[in-house]
Amino acid sequence: MAEVAENIQNIIKPENLVYQKSPVLTDKVMHYCPGCSHGVVHKIIAEVIDEMGIQEDTIGVSPVGCSVFAYNYIDIDWHEAAHGRAPAVATGVKRVFPNKFVFSYQGDGDLAAIGTAETMHAVNRGENIVMVFINNAIYGMTGGQMAPTTMVGQVTATTPHGRNVDLNGYPLKITELIAQLPGAAYVTRQSVQTPAAVRKTKKAIRKAFEVQANKKGTAFVEVVATCNSGWKISPVESNEWMEEHMFPFYPLGDLKDGEKEDPEALKMNV
Amino acid sequence: MAKVKGAVVVDVDTCKGCNLCVVACPTQTLALHRNVNGKGYHYSYMENPEACTGCSNCAMVCPDSCITVYRAKIA
Amino acid sequence: MGELRLMKGNEVIAEAAIRCGCDGYFGYPITPQSEVMETLMNRRPWDETGMVVLQAESEVASINMVYGAAGSGKKVMTSSSSPGISLMAEGISYLAGAELPCLIVNVQRGGPGLGTIQPSQADYFQATKGGGHGDYRLIVLAPASVQEMNDFVDLSFELAFKYRNPVMILSDGAIGQMMEKVELADYKPRWTDEEVKEISDSWAAIGKSPDREQNIITSLELESDRMERNNIRFQAKYQKIQENEVRFEAIDCDDADYVIVAFGSAARVCQKTIQLARAKGHKVGLLRPITLFPFPTEEIKKMAGHVKGFLSVEMNAGQMVEDVRLAVNGKVPVEYYGRMGGIIPSPDEVEKALEQKLIGG
Repeated sequence: MAEVAENIQNIIKPENLVYQKSPVLTDKVMHYCPGCSHGVVHKIIAEVIDEMGIQEDTIGVSPVGCSVFAYNYIDIDWHEAAHGRAPAVATGVKRVFPNKFVFSYQGDGDLAAIGTAETMHAVNRGENIVMVFINNAIYGMTGGQMAPTTMVGQVTATTPHGRNVDLNGYPLKITELIAQLPGAAYVTRQSVQTPAAVRKTKKAIRKAFEVQANKKGTAFVEVVATCNSGWKISPVESNEWMEEHMFPFYPLGDLKDGEKEDPEALKMNV
Repeated sequence: MAKVKGAVVVDVDTCKGCNLCVVACPTQTLALHRNVNGKGYHYSYMENPEACTGCSNCAMVCPDSCITVYRAKIA
Repeated sequence: MGELRLMKGNEVIAEAAIRCGCDGYFGYPITPQSEVMETLMNRRPWDETGMVVLQAESEVASINMVYGAAGSGKKVMTSSSSPGISLMAEGISYLAGAELPCLIVNVQRGGPGLGTIQPSQADYFQATKGGGHGDYRLIVLAPASVQEMNDFVDLSFELAFKYRNPVMILSDGAIGQMMEKVELADYKPRWTDEEVKEISDSWAAIGKSPDREQNIITSLELESDRMERNNIRFQAKYQKIQENEVRFEAIDCDDADYVIVAFGSAARVCQKTIQLARAKGHKVGLLRPITLFPFPTEEIKKMAGHVKGFLSVEMNAGQMVEDVRLAVNGKVPVEYYGRMGGIIPSPDEVEKALEQKLIGG
């Protein structure tokens, strides 16, 4: 045993460090439930900001919902927006600070229900912002009610007998709608349940920030995520549930990869 | 022959015992401790430290960024 | 003397914004104020001063764009008319709660609901008592001429930044649409990003430099004792505003037996009314509050010591009259006369009301 402990101590040296908490994360302990996907996505964003060296030039816009306190964890300047209005707030910031990096961070209720208009119009204007969309198919903060993205048959606090389309309508694939808009440059759907998925999502977020740097249009990254408290299963079971039930309906991958449409091509002849 | 060995340091106070790192670990190095931290969570620890390769998978999926990973070539 | 022009009130708001170094306008068309954005879009200030002008998808989006840009330490504004201001109410509450400086112009029309596009003053309560949720106040300026539409834009930004509070210009469809001679202000350059940093780095989200803590624009505070402390700070600020920023115009009040209290368009009408009354031998004065919050409570209180009564004349069902009564506190009669639904009262009818309700005979 002593030998094992000694071996470990020999490895734990600064020169052997291969992974540590991002310096762009604050020291505050996240308020999220154990196993919540928000923490992973926050970390990825912080790592991208750090690696691109843009901490001083990045402004975040947090939503209303569980991630309202995102500003407590990523060590940059932030705006906390009214429910659903993050894309409008981000637009206001970006228009007066065109050379800053601006991103919004929203959940499914914020982005795809109450804020649908702001979401669609910000993308349709081709705002040079990054929009991060956490889709966990439920309202977490208010206690597990139906979200616009709740699956058909999924039990929530307001669909106690399962989401019924006749009563509640269909789950909204807003990312598919977003991908149709000419202002969108990069639209992708990712997840963070495995190390490989985390790497891909990080690459996607990095790419989204680069799209913004190149002023190509709106970069939109959906992360299909879990809410184990809302779903009332363990974090590990949540990942399995997500893979089994959400991925077939919300398939992962890029929906658009390019740049906003050339306005000249759309101009009417007069 | 040189062998790559790893070690992880878990910040016991901020670990919430979600178990995601344990599942992500390809070498079954990690487990949740039978003791709990100050918040009552069974925190993650190296139950089988010999097996660690320092691949960082555990840290990557950790939502609370409470895992630091080291890796060294051991002769 | 500055440049003289014949302009509409709404056009002047746009012109004054460009000239005072405004950084951004975010709005949505609604009658009777659409000329504000139309004028801006025609003027293309982005080429001239770098000012941003954006037509948003709704008033809700407009006010939240203002939130983002104001939280960036920039001089930004929006304008709308009554129903649109109702849509902005949530955002205005957030702006007040996050203590953001900005200008909101309300060119009022008659309500409730979709109401009418004709001028009204029925948003007095909404402007001065809240409108949105929570204990907050806007600084409210009430122009009575196209010239004041011009002058109050720069003044609004000055007050907004002095107190880090949203300011509202509470105008109406008559002043927004009427053309008058106006002396325009000289151009002031927009603040550079370096100046913005100098002025607002202590609070604005302009990018976190390594030598300071994060700046977070938020109205959220879940700890009740801290939230109460925030509220106490807001109330202290409103008190300071009350003590320092009261503005009013008193016309023929020195020897008056009766004083009409009226603001904006109604005050223009009543300027004629006091002439009519004086021609009949009645000593009548006009007190025109220029700031509706802070309200000229002290001035009215003083007057209540030596006049026989007040008549509050409003283009609504009697809103400001409540504040006049609070100031007078029962010392002398306070009556109300007004018209609703977009009707501007005539000087004669106000004079008659004055005789019937107060003077007698």
